[in-house]
Amino acid sequence: MRYAMAVDTRKCVGCSDCVVACQTENNVPIGFCRDWVVEVMDGTYPQLEIEIRSERCNHCVNAPCVRCCPTGASHIIDGGIILVEHSDCIGCGACMASCPYDARYPHPDGYVDKCTFCVHRIKNGLSPACVAVCPTKCLYFGDLDDPNSDVSTVLKKRKFKTLIPEAGTAPQLYFLI
Amino acid sequence: MASRRDFIKISAIGAGVLAVGAGAFKVIKVLSSSEEIKKLVVDLKRTPTYCEVCFWKCAGWVYKNSEGKIWKITGNDEDQHCNGRFCPRGTGGVGMYYDEDRLKSPLIRVEERGKQVFREATWDEAFELIATKMKDISSKYGPESMALFTHGSGSGYFTTLLKAYGSGNIAEPSYAQCRGPRDEAFFATFGEEAYSPEITDIRDTRCLVLIGSHIGENMHNGQVQEMSDAIDKGAVIITVDPRFSTAAGKARYWLPIKPATDMALLLAWMHEIIYNEYYDKKYVEKYCSGFEQLKAHVKDFTPEWAYGITTIKPDQIRKTAKEMADASPAVIVHPGRHVTWYGDDTQRIRAVAILNALLGSWGRRGGFYRPAKFALASFPIPAFKAPARTWQDIFPGKYPIASSPVSNALIDASVAENNPVYPVKGWFVNGTNLIFTIPNQANTLKAIQNLDLLVAIDTMPMEITGWADVVLPECTYLERYDILRVSPHRKPAIALRMPAAEPMNNTRSAYWIARELSKKLGLSGYFPFEKQEELLDWQLQKAGSSLEEMQRIGVKTFERDADDLYFAEDENVEFSTDSGKIELYSAFFEGAGFDPLPKYVAHEEPAEGFYRLIYGRAPMHTFSRTSNNPNLTDLMDENSVWVNPLVAKEWGLKSDQYIWLKNQDGIITDFSVKVRVTERIRWDSVYIIHGFGHAQKQMKRCFGRGVSDTQLITNVLVDPLMGGTGMRSNFVTFVTEKAEQEVVS
Repeated sequence: MRYAMAVDTRKCVGCSDCVVACQTENNVPIGFCRDWVVEVMDGTYPQLEIEIRSERCNHCVNAPCVRCCPTGASHIIDGGIILVEHSDCIGCGACMASCPYDARYPHPDGYVDKCTFCVHRIKNGLSPACVAVCPTKCLYFGDLDDPNSDVSTVLKKRKFKTLIPEAGTAPQLYFLI
Repeated sequence: MASRRDFIKISAIGAGVLAVGAGAFKVIKVLSSSEEIKKLVVDLKRTPTYCEVCFWKCAGWVYKNSEGKIWKITGNDEDQHCNGRFCPRGTGGVGMYYDEDRLKSPLIRVEERGKQVFREATWDEAFELIATKMKDISSKYGPESMALFTHGSGSGYFTTLLKAYGSGNIAEPSYAQCRGPRDEAFFATFGEEAYSPEITDIRDTRCLVLIGSHIGENMHNGQVQEMSDAIDKGAVIITVDPRFSTAAGKARYWLPIKPATDMALLLAWMHEIIYNEYYDKKYVEKYCSGFEQLKAHVKDFTPEWAYGITTIKPDQIRKTAKEMADASPAVIVHPGRHVTWYGDDTQRIRAVAILNALLGSWGRRGGFYRPAKFALASFPIPAFKAPARTWQDIFPGKYPIASSPVSNALIDASVAENNPVYPVKGWFVNGTNLIFTIPNQANTLKAIQNLDLLVAIDTMPMEITGWADVVLPECTYLERYDILRVSPHRKPAIALRMPAAEPMNNTRSAYWIARELSKKLGLSGYFPFEKQEELLDWQLQKAGSSLEEMQRIGVKTFERDADDLYFAEDENVEFSTDSGKIELYSAFFEGAGFDPLPKYVAHEEPAEGFYRLIYGRAPMHTFSRTSNNPNLTDLMDENSVWVNPLVAKEWGLKSDQYIWLKNQDGIITDFSVKVRVTERIRWDSVYIIHGFGHAQKQMKRCFGRGVSDTQLITNVLVDPLMGGTGMRSNFVTFVTEKAEQEVVS
């Protein structure tokens, strides 16, 4: 089992619903977030292009955050999901420094927090909160080992890219272009 | 009161109680992610609602956490408005409930208007004062001198109250400040409006034309969803906008039009479609009248003619006209929603309606569908006595085709110098922040100073509540029952809103407020049910459901009476126009003294050193009402002014620099605004998001953040047909230094 997410940049309107839904679902304190939206614009008026991306932890196969964690709080579970065991986290911030995607934030209660792919939901057959809420249905989630999952299906059909592939982390967030 | 932050601490950590007397380490220990996960999967009680953060009114579920506190709101899968997916504002609706700046108690003004000195009062005291003043106004001027300005779910109750009292002067700013020109234009053409939610069949369209409409930034949920579906299916999107909107970024064609020239483009498209015989001949012949007059009218409006006006190349105009024709009838020239731009807006939207008629999209799959609406039974109440005088008697002959009272006309009727036939001396204002809604703020404030009574009913301290004599704190939609939602859609449906929590502080539902006031005015017969849920159950039983069932399911969808979502092949359709046809040529307009066919009129252009002020929406905010919502402010807490790099260079402006804006009448914004240098805006315009620049100090999170476009809209071009306030003819320049000054508005 290998969980992954695909983000259709052609459909995303950058509304940030994924951000609010994650915050309420996971009780992320206001002022912090586990996912966010990036807008990249290119060109000169009126020859313009824009790419809008909903981003979050890439749940990398080769995850520097896990390797550098001194306490083992950052760990990988079945399906490749990377979690932080809050009780084992000493808040040292090594994982935050090692993450090429800036996907982690220091929770005010002293531990580092990040996207969990809503593991509590997927265990119950639900999709992550951001995927479930997205009004444009631009987020696809599922098991890459299952050829019929939403994410496998869309990755077979469409061109995609990953972010900062040169970091060698084998990220599992795919951006449809 | 628990603030949002307190709430987060308690529920996220689940250890608010444990923390007492425990070391910090222990607290963290309890908070392991596995503990958190266990907590989140508990089957939580959910209650149905429909959203009140905007007018789309999506139906959803309010979930509570294990402490019984409101946790999250999600969409109801059965709901056609949202298909189980709420937008960011609806998801962030929890912030409306937890906002610690909410109004908490009835307030009575104790010093002069606008100084914002109030004392807390009991509900009874507040009602007594309002009733006494209303009786005074009625005996001195007549009951028609009371007006209601309203928006949202409370509207129905206060409308009943005002009608029972004897006034029909009930205005929704959503008419004259927003969609009014569109509804009148579609009514004149098709005998039917475009409705809300709009009856645009976007999910099945092959070509979507957006003129200034920025779907995706305006987060009209169902439409955004369907636009996304259309993108998936490869539909052609054509956007016309001086700004590279999000939708423009998704479009095959972006026409970066010179602002205020849309009419020329629309006429050129008609010319192309008619003279190339692209139009749906069978449809036009069968359903439309006035084709020959239209054909003669647009004869000279060639793409070359339009190029000189719009700066859109003839080739682009031709190509896009052909795209529309190729997709016909599965094409939508979108009617837009906020269309009060240049004062000739009804005529511009008439041109949009005519284009749709030529393309045969009205009543067709992928064009506009036929809506169905559930007919709810109304409980018998005494008949309203027809008011002796209507709003049209105030300024005779003005705005002859307006089908709803015009808010700005009622405000003008409160200013003595305008010589109204009779004055408006009392205002009820519910759920609309008139200071930010109505352009020309000086005029609104002058009107307010002339009133004998101003009652503001709201959940938040807004600018308008600061000017009120009596402030009545409404509870939010999450704390009350409300009328059943029965909006037009593809299928008839009912949605229920019920309280997920008790009203916070000393707040009350709009229904309760209206009913209690009715008692004071001797009009209680109009509100026969003490509890609104009794009325809802009565209505639901008549509809073959029950309150109990709706509490469980939230939304009930019914089948249409007939399979008539679209016109059948060769169906004989009787349109609700005078002629029974789609009127390309409007005899109705002609009879009222207006152009029967739309004409291009040149609009004022910015002077040297000034730029046209264009404003719009952000997907995470609704008007000015969400600016203090903690969840939504977290996503966007101020607006910025978009400036083209060429302009920025000329003025030496840099991104993130704070400046003030000054308009053509010398009005300088109260607050400063961040510059965003971007290629996404034309060099002759600047752009800001509406709803920021609040001067109401009691909204601590948003006070003084960003600037208000309404403050800069002092040149108002009123549509002579229906009274709409055209607000896109204001021009601003940049001020980089400004002396400190007390904010008074």
